[in-house]
Amino acid sequence: MSPPSQYLIVSAMLFSVGFAGAALRRNAILVLIGIELMLNAANLNFIAFWRCGAHPEALTGVMFTIFSLAIAAAEAAVGLALIIAVYRHRRTIQLDELESLKG
Amino acid sequence: MQSIIKLLWLIPVLPLAAAGVGALLKRERRRASALLAIGAMTGSLVLSLAAFVATLPPADLPRAVCNFDWLDFGTASLQLGWLLDPLAAVMLVMVSFVSLLIFVYSTGYMASDENFTRFFCFMSLFAAAMLGILIANSLLLLFACWELVGLSSYLLIGFWYQKPAAAAAAKKAFITTRIGDIGLLIGMLWLYARAGTLVFYDRGHGCLEQSALSQLAGQTILGGMTISTAISLLIFCGAAGKSGQVPLHVWLPDAMEGPTPVSALIHAATMVAAGIYLVARVYPLMDGTAALEAVTWVGAITAVFAAAIAVAQNDIKRILAYSTVSQLGYMMMGLGVGGVAVGMFHLITHAFFKALLFLGAGSVIFGCHHEQDIRQMGGLRKLMPLTFAAYAIGMMALCGVPLAFSGFWSKDAILTAARQWSVSSVPFYLGMTGMFLTAFYMTRQMFYVFFGRSNPAARPAPESPAVMTIPLMVLAALAVLAGLLGTPAWPWFDAYLKGGPASVDFSKLVSGRQIAMTLLSATVIATAMAFGVRLYRATAAQAPRPADPLEAKLPFVFACLRRKLFFDEIYDATFVRLNRKFAQLANWMDHAIWGGLVALASKLAVALARRNSAFDERAFNARFDATCDGLKAGGKILTRWQSGQAQRYLRVIGLAFCALLLLMVWGCK
Repeated sequence: MSPPSQYLIVSAMLFSVGFAGAALRRNAILVLIGIELMLNAANLNFIAFWRCGAHPEALTGVMFTIFSLAIAAAEAAVGLALIIAVYRHRRTIQLDELESLKG
Repeated sequence: MQSIIKLLWLIPVLPLAAAGVGALLKRERRRASALLAIGAMTGSLVLSLAAFVATLPPADLPRAVCNFDWLDFGTASLQLGWLLDPLAAVMLVMVSFVSLLIFVYSTGYMASDENFTRFFCFMSLFAAAMLGILIANSLLLLFACWELVGLSSYLLIGFWYQKPAAAAAAKKAFITTRIGDIGLLIGMLWLYARAGTLVFYDRGHGCLEQSALSQLAGQTILGGMTISTAISLLIFCGAAGKSGQVPLHVWLPDAMEGPTPVSALIHAATMVAAGIYLVARVYPLMDGTAALEAVTWVGAITAVFAAAIAVAQNDIKRILAYSTVSQLGYMMMGLGVGGVAVGMFHLITHAFFKALLFLGAGSVIFGCHHEQDIRQMGGLRKLMPLTFAAYAIGMMALCGVPLAFSGFWSKDAILTAARQWSVSSVPFYLGMTGMFLTAFYMTRQMFYVFFGRSNPAARPAPESPAVMTIPLMVLAALAVLAGLLGTPAWPWFDAYLKGGPASVDFSKLVSGRQIAMTLLSATVIATAMAFGVRLYRATAAQAPRPADPLEAKLPFVFACLRRKLFFDEIYDATFVRLNRKFAQLANWMDHAIWGGLVALASKLAVALARRNSAFDERAFNARFDATCDGLKAGGKILTRWQSGQAQRYLRVIGLAFCALLLLMVWGCK
């Protein structure tokens, strides 16, 4: 089995890609996808630490990940619904055009 | 008795619910409103009959009560409750029965009125309040229902409120009875202060039970008057107001402005009897006190006085109204001289025959297209045979024609008791005079309305519909039969109220005293009737009618009687005028003194406020504004950071995270 550092490197890369997408893309759907990628990077870390940890028989990492996936699904649903609602109102999902909360 | 007491509250609540639902009905739902009211009343009648049967001797208990705490304040608690005893039971049956008949009759009489639903709503409300009075086991509950009865009476007298006379009569009734009610309220508060409870019967703790009574009778106030006498007199004030006793009788004849079924139900058969019932209910308190003498005297004077006024009236309903006042006087006198059974027996018989007379008068008025002046009527005997027959029976019962009619037996009991009254024999002679006058004015009325030639101007119609004549016939039967319950030979009513069985003893019927009394009554009535026939037969036969023959003979006396012995004028000149002057004075004081003071105070306040405002402007506002400007400028700089661009925030978070990470890496080294 590969050492945990390899998983962590993959996970860090995944997170960086996700963060870059979330921070730099203008399209709201792609931002949402970036957030999902970051979540999955975190899930990968859970699995990695669990498999290489002290009690791999306790299934704790899997439990966390399943929860996190469920939450991610709910979050994606809410996010998409928000995007559709925003689109209906403003006829755009370009985030830089949505700035009505400006002070 | 214990089982029916649990359901007793339903008797007033059923019509109350009918009134509540009826109030929500649309004006067009005429049939539904009448059915609702009649249905609820039938329910009450059935329950009342069940309650009555439960109290028939041999009853297991003299009375059943059901009390509950209504209001707690501190350590004291106010109790309400209801009770069932023979007195309440017999009244329940009478009131619900007469109400039911009059409801049925009203569906005919009010058929063309556009506010039919409102009428039945008010009538149900009245019935509920009246039945509430009857079952109340607490003076407080009784008083609440008493006022509700006053309210519904007000609403129904003023039912045709577009008529100014009706609106004024409603107001007069309400205010006049209120004067008596103040006495009742003060009496009630005093009773509560002394006895500590307003519940009548409560297993030895009630205010009408031995311990409270002896305590009240033991204390005296001014001039050696016991507290029970004083409280009784105050309670009697309320009873006198409601039952139209002199000098508070002035509202009752005016109350005839309401629809005739209302006059029959409220101002003849039931509500005005509430005062009698109240006196009968608190009789244990009054028993043996000087208050009973006051009751007797007021009653006897009322009996003669109102009968005399009735002689000179021309409105068919007003004659009956004064006759009601007079008969209520007899009842009070009966309570005073003979006790509960004597007064209550006349109440029951009177309820039947006076409801009969009023419904008969309603039928006549209905037939004559709302003409109420008896001089315009005539010859209705042939056109309305059923009404005539019923009316004649009612008239005989009212006059107390011996042996066959209920009015004779009840009045006989009152007069016999008055004859034996230890204090004075004047009430007896007053009663006899009243009897003479009653027979005289009823004969006059009969002649004017039913005999002679019919007046074509009044366009009399044939007989009223069956829905109106059937209640008449039922009441006519009862006006005769009700007397059988209280003859000296079989004093069932008296025994029933005392809770024992009655014994049949025909020998009492032929005792010397009884025969003398019967003959005396017969002579008085026959003389009065003969006198009436002689005077009015010729007058009634002519059309148009000449002036009243009595007026021709005794113009001054007749004019005084026609003007109701100037009671209204006296009240106008004294109380009303005084009240108006006082109101003017109060108005002037309001404007000149209180108004001036208020204006002065407000001017001072305004001046002070002006000064404060100037100080504020100069001293505080300048500083405050400077502070605000500083805050605004700071805020403007900070707002630049809030761009509204979510991704810019995210990037800042990312940078901050990286910075934190670097810090941690270096920090660990």
